[in-house]
Amino acid sequence: MTRRLLLSLVATLVAALALSACSSSEQLVVYSGRGQNLIGPLLEEFAAETGTDIAVRYGDSADLALLLAEEGEQTDADVFLAQNPGAVAFVGDQGLLATLPSDILDQVPGDFRSANDRWVGLSGRQRVLVYNEDLVSQDELPSSVFDLTDEAYRGRVAVAPPNGSFQDFVSAMRISEGEDATQGWLEGLVANDVRTYPNNNSIVEAVGRGEVEMGLVNHYYNVRFLAEDPELPSRNHRFGGGDIGALVISSSISMIEGSDQSDAAQELIRYLLTESSQEYFRDETFEYPLANGVDPVEGLPSLADLEVPDVDIDALGSELEATVELIERSGLQD
Amino acid sequence: MASRTDLPTGPPDHASTAPRRDDDAGPGLRVAAAVIGVLFAAPLLFLLVRNATDGSYWEATLGTTTLGPLWRSLLLASMVSAATAFVGTAAAWLVVRTDLPGRRVWRILLPLPLVIPSFIGAFALIAAFSPGGLLVRLLAPLGVTTLPEVRGLWGAFAVLTLLTYPYVYLPVAARLSQLPPSYEEAARLLGRSPGQVFRQVVLPQLRPAVLAGTLLVFLYVVSDFGAVQLLRYDTFAREIYVAWKSFDLETGLALSLNLGLLALLVVVLERIAGRGTRDVSAERSERGLVLPLGRWKPAATTAVGALLTLALAAPVAVLTYWAVRGLTSGSRFASAVANDPGALLVPMLNTARVSVLAAVVAVVAVLPIAWLAIRYRSRVGTTANVLVVAGFAVPGIALALALVFWTLRAGPLRGLYQTETALILAYVVHFGAQSLRAAEVAVTSVPTRLGDAARALGAGRTRRLATVELPLMLPGLAAGGGLVLLSTMKELPATLLLAPPGFQTLATRIWADTEGAYLADASIASLLLIALSGTLTWFLVIRRSDAL
Repeated sequence: MTRRLLLSLVATLVAALALSACSSSEQLVVYSGRGQNLIGPLLEEFAAETGTDIAVRYGDSADLALLLAEEGEQTDADVFLAQNPGAVAFVGDQGLLATLPSDILDQVPGDFRSANDRWVGLSGRQRVLVYNEDLVSQDELPSSVFDLTDEAYRGRVAVAPPNGSFQDFVSAMRISEGEDATQGWLEGLVANDVRTYPNNNSIVEAVGRGEVEMGLVNHYYNVRFLAEDPELPSRNHRFGGGDIGALVISSSISMIEGSDQSDAAQELIRYLLTESSQEYFRDETFEYPLANGVDPVEGLPSLADLEVPDVDIDALGSELEATVELIERSGLQD
Repeated sequence: MASRTDLPTGPPDHASTAPRRDDDAGPGLRVAAAVIGVLFAAPLLFLLVRNATDGSYWEATLGTTTLGPLWRSLLLASMVSAATAFVGTAAAWLVVRTDLPGRRVWRILLPLPLVIPSFIGAFALIAAFSPGGLLVRLLAPLGVTTLPEVRGLWGAFAVLTLLTYPYVYLPVAARLSQLPPSYEEAARLLGRSPGQVFRQVVLPQLRPAVLAGTLLVFLYVVSDFGAVQLLRYDTFAREIYVAWKSFDLETGLALSLNLGLLALLVVVLERIAGRGTRDVSAERSERGLVLPLGRWKPAATTAVGALLTLALAAPVAVLTYWAVRGLTSGSRFASAVANDPGALLVPMLNTARVSVLAAVVAVVAVLPIAWLAIRYRSRVGTTANVLVVAGFAVPGIALALALVFWTLRAGPLRGLYQTETALILAYVVHFGAQSLRAAEVAVTSVPTRLGDAARALGAGRTRRLATVELPLMLPGLAAGGGLVLLSTMKELPATLLLAPPGFQTLATRIWADTEGAYLADASIASLLLIALSGTLTWFLVIRRSDAL
């Protein structure tokens, strides 16, 4: 038995090596920080329509960015899809991203593409306050995220300090409202007995159970939870009037510098910006379409009318480390 | 009076297991152990190189406030270690050595909580036991309206104990199934009560296995961030996680190295603590002593039932609830799997293949090290041994980056880059520790005089290994392989970063579905993972080690 095991083991190792030697350079390799549920069908459609041989490594955006940095020039990756601005900015700072042609850049409004032409936004998620409608009445809902440090909200609000979107939002607040105001807000939350959770899922789940009354999350999660259980009492509340709490955070696509598949990579990027792909993000993943003037799902204001705060989205990445330090210093981590 | 006869505190020292000198070990064995040791040191070497070249080790180590999280890590790990040592040993003793009803079924179920990835296991347990959760809704008719929140030190302690006790259970059960009944029979004949027999005869012989399992629990708790993150307990591993995720590479590299060094320290301390342990060789017996539980039967059954209810049935119930809720919601957005169930087939086959391969390779790789360390108390063997165990505590992301670093830099290894082979190598380096300690216990169970007798009768080295030693070691090796199997099935960071692009396992599906808030799909894949692990443990581990 042992001998048979050993033999089959050796055979598998040899086969694996042989397979790896065959991996062709004709393949378009995509590192995707967006999960398969949120982009897979589009990538498959693209492969079928254009006959491109495409292979996708799905993973966490930050992990994939670290991997790209470690691989450096030797990477097999041709395209990087990031779920949040921090990851793509980090890869860009390493000098690993190629400049995109202007016909691609021009399809996306300036708020949602990099100032140095390294990436374009694909879809957007808005920061909202999810609340339990059994526990919170309409007139209690705040108009600004800054209201949450008021006495009226003591012990009722949840945030997710380790979450990338929360950190991006705090970076945006530092940029638009200043360091002192942001620090004051974070410390005000701590003083107001804010409750901390690890991520968006945990907050929406806890709000649904009534463990906590409301929490700061991306709009997307509650839409998903309601799709699986329409009975849940959790609802999204949007801050208005250009409040920083209503920030729209974009997922992005970029091309790796030195890619031997740059034509196919650009073809893929153009494909994901087409009207039908953008409608996919609206209809299937409940996000804001960012390109070609595709309107968001009914009931949501269009991008132009969104009154989103004015923030240099490129800076979110380089500010991340300082933001995390500020969050730690404010005492928000348990 | 017979009952006054003093038994030795441990079993008599067996002359036949006395270690030999280093020189007696063949050079081949020592070279093999050294090469394997270097392989296992790869992640630590990577961290050393990177900290020296582009890190700022001292600044990052001294600059961050890591003392608090470090203390919390050690506190939590000590508490969970103590609890799992008790729970794992008690459960193993009950199913292997007593007439506990249903023990054939318990044996298959008891190792399974180990396969539940902590990010979904902890999430499910929180949803089950928290305020407004499923349990409260079930208990509402009985007048229970609130439950305490599952969070912080006690929440992390409870959840991690439930998810990690199999690290102790599996090796202890393997050991118990092999202990010769003669000492216990003698002690009983001398009038010792079953409790005294357990304390004075069985427990001392179990000590290496218990210690080995507890060490794994300790290192797991120190290095895991999935559960502590969800339960909001700020540990050292969580600091490391935050540093990597915010691209603070200096801190990430420095703290990852420190975690590896901490693991080295713990392993060395454990070796010193275990030095006094005396082992007896196992005789192959038809069946160990089975103790009738008598009037304790209901209590013992309830205890094992309660353990499995909390550790396995509760998460499975929540996952089933989420799966059914999503599938019956009527929304076409609820589940992608429902529209294409076949999509899980390839991830399932991938999971089965890589985890079985990783388990077999890990057992083969650590056997020479275990043999050297136990038989010859060899310095090479002991050093390699410590390196293997420390590899378990290196954070997954650092391990993955280390493998990328070495495959891209060491010329001939370039062919391994982003192949399944490299992935399996990563699993072996990460989880080899889990098979090593079990392998050591297995080696101690082979009496040297059997090998000597076989040699005297003219059996060659290979033949002695195949016909005498391997069969005796099989239960222990299978238990160690089983731990690697279950850990590999749920492994995430290395799988995501090292596998060939497009390669998916059930764990990567569960993670992606959880991230995208596809709870029904994450639940379906999780249930499939638990079922698959149960099937594989049954075929490969439990059946191979008869009494286990």
